[in-house]
Amino acid sequence: MRRALQCPARGALVGLLAVAACSTPIDGRPVVVVGSKAFTEAVVLGEVIAQLAEHAGADADHRRQLGGTRILWEALLAGEIDVYAEYTGTIVEEILAATDVAGDDQVGRELERHGVRMSGHLGFNNTYVIGMLEDVAEELEIRTVSDLAAHPALRFGFSNEFMDRGDGWPSLRTRYALPQENVRGLDHDLAYRSIESRSIDVIDLYSTDAEIEFYGLRPLEDNLGHFPAYQAVLLFRDDLVERAPAVVEAILGLEGAIDEGEMVAMNARAKLELVPESVVAAEFVEARFGLQTEVVLEGLLDRFARNLRGHLWLVSVSLLAAIIIAVPLGVVAARLPRLGLGILGVVGIVQTIPSLALFVFMIPLLGIGAPPAIAALFFYSLLPIVRNTHAGLMSIPAAYLDSAAALGLTPAARLRLVELPMASVSILAGIKTSAVINVGTATLAALIGAEGFGQPILTGIRLADESLIMEGAVPAALLALAAQGCFELAERWLVPRGLRIESGA
Amino acid sequence: MLELEEVSKRFGDQVAVGPLSLKIAQAETTVLIGPSGCGKSTLIRLMIGLLAPDTGSVIFDGESLAVADLPTVRRRMGYVIQEGGLFPHLTARRNVTLMARHLGWDPGRIESRVAELATLTHFPLDALERYPVQLSGGQRQRVSLMRALMLDPEILLLDEPLGALDPMIRAELQGELREIFRALNKTVILVTHDMGEAGYIGDTIVLMREGRIVQQGGLRDLVETPAEDFVHRFVHAQRGAREILGGGG
Ligand SMILES: Nc1ncnc2c1ncn2[C@@H]1O[C@H](COP(=O)(O)OP(=O)(O)O)[C@@H](O)[C@H]1O
Ligand SMILES: [Mg+2]
Repeated sequence: MRRALQCPARGALVGLLAVAACSTPIDGRPVVVVGSKAFTEAVVLGEVIAQLAEHAGADADHRRQLGGTRILWEALLAGEIDVYAEYTGTIVEEILAATDVAGDDQVGRELERHGVRMSGHLGFNNTYVIGMLEDVAEELEIRTVSDLAAHPALRFGFSNEFMDRGDGWPSLRTRYALPQENVRGLDHDLAYRSIESRSIDVIDLYSTDAEIEFYGLRPLEDNLGHFPAYQAVLLFRDDLVERAPAVVEAILGLEGAIDEGEMVAMNARAKLELVPESVVAAEFVEARFGLQTEVVLEGLLDRFARNLRGHLWLVSVSLLAAIIIAVPLGVVAARLPRLGLGILGVVGIVQTIPSLALFVFMIPLLGIGAPPAIAALFFYSLLPIVRNTHAGLMSIPAAYLDSAAALGLTPAARLRLVELPMASVSILAGIKTSAVINVGTATLAALIGAEGFGQPILTGIRLADESLIMEGAVPAALLALAAQGCFELAERWLVPRGLRIESGA
Repeated sequence: MLELEEVSKRFGDQVAVGPLSLKIAQAETTVLIGPSGCGKSTLIRLMIGLLAPDTGSVIFDGESLAVADLPTVRRRMGYVIQEGGLFPHLTARRNVTLMARHLGWDPGRIESRVAELATLTHFPLDALERYPVQLSGGQRQRVSLMRALMLDPEILLLDEPLGALDPMIRAELQGELREIFRALNKTVILVTHDMGEAGYIGDTIVLMREGRIVQQGGLRDLVETPAEDFVHRFVHAQRGAREILGGGG
């Protein structure tokens, strides 16, 4: 709370929800928040940066495996994170796609206009490569990307990001005149498993992926020089230079410090040997800089407890807020039919916004972590409750409404004593629906750095580790069932007995 | 006490009631009767302010309902509808005492009033803890009546209170209602479409047709000096009126 209080710019709502760190010194030690994307190399680099920052006298906080470039970039601009590792190709093609910049100097100047600085190259080029299983490639005699054109029946499975990028599939297809029709977008890590099980033939890879050898993949030569360079660099906020000069100096020590072989080795340690990223990073930091880092690893039970707490926090705060807002909205909608149409329309539209998009919209307002996740979950929880409250009230037969009015009850007393109790079954059913949807959707909140059962799922997908996926998916499913059970029990307390009796005595 | 002045009410293009004027006689039972759809329910709903008239005014105790505080006025009226309108989520007792509790009556006063009403309506005390679905149709109407009478209103309005009951219970309750009304000595307005019931219970009968009052008077007036042919046909369309008249006088 102390940290949150030091951010006076935040509104009351945020203050209420905020657990987010503000980059303000505590006890003289600058707080440095490091971000990383949701793939292993990024997480390892994030750990390396965080450890170097700690050694340089900072309190480093690593917001790991956030959901994508857009989220990291928004978080960096919002000051939610101070630094993260990025690739030059991504900066040009995605972050600055709207501008027409090329070359590190132009890029650097353009970034500075956003208050962001770019380090020199870290030393490895993690560019896209197109790959296939070695034996299939051998049989079809495919060595270069151009060779693919002769085999239109090949099935392509590309990462979602690659499908959309300016330098991704659309332009690759044009450049190499590729005829293939069977092209799917899927998660990068699932792609490996699909190609292993031979349900797809061709995937996109990163040149530092540990799996190239593991799965026996052949990277095809980019013979037309299509892919731009993806040199790893650090992006950090301008203000870090003043706030934590020693940290900036330390992390700039990474310039030219990691070559491709080292990065592939670190990726393999983390991804194939399942060594925790913090340990992999500590090994690297010691070997390269002679600095020893004490790594505290979290046990399974601690992790479970933390995820459970995180998940329950997301669900309970967002659901409670939704109940407090949605029931009155439903009442208003039932009272004022015209306004009601508008209310039902708006909450219905909110429901159709893809969850990741909604999460990303929240970042400039609420940062990353639990607050934006809670806000997004809150919006998703509104519709079932508003709709059921409205429907429950509208379905009360006129005879009861007339009787209540004729007794001399005021409108407020009618609502409290007659209408809400009679609509209670419907309202509770709406809340139950919201709770179950909410528990499930909360797993996606991991993409913007919120704790919960989405974290092990995300890590599990990243490391192709099914037991980790289960560690998140099973408790999340059980939690949804438990929520349902709780509300069924609550019905016995909250729904008046007279409404539960079926037939006469 | 209750007076309608040039009151009319329409739903869309269709006139449901009026314009008509009507003075309700104090401490008497007035019966509104007429064919189905002639506007009886609409009229009674105008009287308790559940509907606002399009023209004219409903005057209760010298004050127009249009300017009165409706919740306050309604506490001086009791209202019973065909199915009883008992709240399904409340026990019979809670239904009866809902308004008194809301007004903050003390429990002793509520208790004795409930006992009084149960005696008056012949309702078994132990059935008070049941929910409406657990009561018979006749019992529900007794509870409804108790609820309407709980605050000791000056006027009692009943819209086909016996309409949903089977003939045996209905006949029994007709007798009881007549006793109760006599005992209470209140202004009562009762809607029915049954001529026998009207003649048996009512002091004054108001015969309606297509939203208008055709004739108003005692049963004898309607039978012996019908204002128009419709009255004659309506009275004689239903058997029993003659017999009641013959038996009673
Ligand atoms: N809420 C309403 N909306 C539209 N028409 C109505 C409404 N209530 C009553 N009516 C119409 O007004 C007329 C009188 O109805 P009502 O007073 O219920 O008749 P009664 O009680 O004598 O059978 C009928 O034609 C009925 O269809
Ligand atoms: Mg009617």
